[in-house]
Amino acid sequence: MSEVLLKIEGLRVAVGEKEILKGVDLTVRRGEIHALMGPNGSGKSTLSNAIMGHPHYRITEGRIWFKGEDITEMPTDEKARKGVFLAFQYPVAIPGVTVTNFLRAITKARRGEEGPAKEFRAEMAGAMQTLAMDPAFARRYVNDGFSGGEKKRCEMLQMALLKPELAILDETDSGLDIDALKVVCDGINRIFNPQMAMLIITHYQRMLNYVTPHRVHVFVAGRVVESGGSELVAALESEGYDRFIKKSLAAA
Amino acid sequence: MPTTENKAVLREELKDRVKDIVKDDYAYGFHDDDIQYSFKSRKGLDERMVREISALKKEPEWMLERRLQAYRTFLRYPLPSFLSTDALEHIDFDNIYYFMRASDRAQRDWKDVPEGVRRTFDRLGVPEAERNFLAGVSAQYDSEVVYHSVKEELSSKGVLFTDMDSALREHGDIVRKYFGTVIPTGDNKFAALNTAVWSGGSFVYVPKGVEVAIPLQAYFRINSDNMGQFERTLIIADEGAKVHYLEGCTAPTYSEHALHSAVVELIAMKGATIRYTTIQNWSKNVYNLVTKRAFAYENARVEWIDGNLGSCLTVKYPAIHLKGEGASGEVMSVAFAGKGQHQDAGARVIAFAPNTSATVTSKSISKDGGRTSYRGLVRVMKGVQKVQVHTVCDALLMDEGSRSDTYPTMQVDEKDVNIGHEATVSKIGDEQLFYLTSRGVTADQARLMIVNGFMEPFTKELPLEYAVELRRLMELEMEGGIG
Repeated sequence: MSEVLLKIEGLRVAVGEKEILKGVDLTVRRGEIHALMGPNGSGKSTLSNAIMGHPHYRITEGRIWFKGEDITEMPTDEKARKGVFLAFQYPVAIPGVTVTNFLRAITKARRGEEGPAKEFRAEMAGAMQTLAMDPAFARRYVNDGFSGGEKKRCEMLQMALLKPELAILDETDSGLDIDALKVVCDGINRIFNPQMAMLIITHYQRMLNYVTPHRVHVFVAGRVVESGGSELVAALESEGYDRFIKKSLAAA
Repeated sequence: MPTTENKAVLREELKDRVKDIVKDDYAYGFHDDDIQYSFKSRKGLDERMVREISALKKEPEWMLERRLQAYRTFLRYPLPSFLSTDALEHIDFDNIYYFMRASDRAQRDWKDVPEGVRRTFDRLGVPEAERNFLAGVSAQYDSEVVYHSVKEELSSKGVLFTDMDSALREHGDIVRKYFGTVIPTGDNKFAALNTAVWSGGSFVYVPKGVEVAIPLQAYFRINSDNMGQFERTLIIADEGAKVHYLEGCTAPTYSEHALHSAVVELIAMKGATIRYTTIQNWSKNVYNLVTKRAFAYENARVEWIDGNLGSCLTVKYPAIHLKGEGASGEVMSVAFAGKGQHQDAGARVIAFAPNTSATVTSKSISKDGGRTSYRGLVRVMKGVQKVQVHTVCDALLMDEGSRSDTYPTMQVDEKDVNIGHEATVSKIGDEQLFYLTSRGVTADQARLMIVNGFMEPFTKELPLEYAVELRRLMELEMEGGIG
């Protein structure tokens, strides 16, 4: 079996005084795509934010390992430079900073060096083409006045250039119409390679019609209640979350 | 109202604060005790001093009269009362040098410039020509190819560009015709003070129909006080002429003078365009109280691009009087207030003629308890129709203790006008920082990125080298590396 990239053990996370994650265990190996599916309010986004180190999410118990290193307390920027990437559900605007300058700054931070400008432009243009983005997009300010679809594409563009080893996609399908969803998923499939792993967090199965996960986890009330292969997606589609919510209640 | 006792305490606190700031600045600002002054003026101001200044400059009688009249006005006028700060009351007018003259500035050499200053210039990447000028190394300037070609091009077109003292000697008739017509002596206490003791500043006259292709930069001038304490600038663009004047520097400019009070008058005749770009970064012991006003006649356009970074208190509201039909204007400003600083900046637009328009964009950044205010006036005179003025004020607060206020005043009697005002205050939020750091940039880099983005609408109006300098300066400010 391939190397374990992400290992989460007994993770408990609180926002303010409220505990949201109640003991999460998860193992993701290199070369795998995992889907984490759960109803609204189950704590899916809390998990992604906690992994990345958002200051509002307090880890009260448990550890997070990345490539065998404990990154539970590691500053967010350091995790990112090591190869952890989070595609945001709601990316924030950075007015006045163009997509080009932003991408240049973050690729420099990730790679530790600034390559020739010409090469960077070519690389960026190639990635934009993959995601069917208009070249004029590069001159706009990051997420400033972007439509939902543009924001998500911009997240994928960053992922393509940063070449993370572990990419967490938080509700990347939300706010996308069917055409945009196809383009974004197409991009994801092209970006994915056996050297990396992806954790796709979603409420619906529709994204998983285009990106096939190796493993699926059903997430309810702050815990993984069931794990399995992609057949779980079909089960969720026909049965909904009810069975899993009941299972979670029974366990609690 | 603060009690007398409170005021005394406040004054002591302020003194200490200024002292600390000055100490910090000393390493980077300009301060060279070795400069020789041929005329060491005494502190304080009286009528004899005003006469001496005028006599030293061998001025015509009318200018002496102006100065004396202005001096009396200065004495008579109270301090401006609209400021919601009593900082002005701490100015000790008797403890200020009103006139100084460096005699052998020309003998200074770059290698004589204090190490600290040179280091800052290096870090900022200020062009050599400019740094020499700013450090007072101007002797070799006569032989500068750039300067010569600029000078030749200008004189062949009849453009007059010189320091104000020379202008008074060489173009006395033009100076006399326009001096003080935009900002009269009695406009305010500090304009009166400037008129009484002014020295240095720029004079520009662009003849009818002449377009000056390159920005006129103050450092092209030689042997003059650019960053004078009471500089006086007068720019006239005759009908259809076009000129961009640019001065200032992003490097911290040390001044031993506690008070800087300039007057800048712009006159854009029919169809003319004037852009005036300035960035000032005075050391943090300086009160920077500047009166700037422009007249825009029929179809003329005036643009103030104004950046304020230093000083303990800046009071500056570049004004545009739209005096002819079809006139338009723009005020684009950015202010940065760090610890112990208050930037009271703004804009004043007054429409005297129909079919006129102006936009005002004010950007401010407050950090480490710094305070910025926007004080604006939009006024449409009675009977004037079809006026559009749009104001946008954006404030960025870097931390909890910093402050920003907006004081817009609109005096509009007419109906057929379109006056808009928008104001936003934003804090650098956890969400922006988390987003950027999740991409691998450090929190400091992230803050800088947000600030630079915020200033972008201003920065993109600057010539490239200034834009680069400003970004570097903000980098130093964010590091807490200066002042």
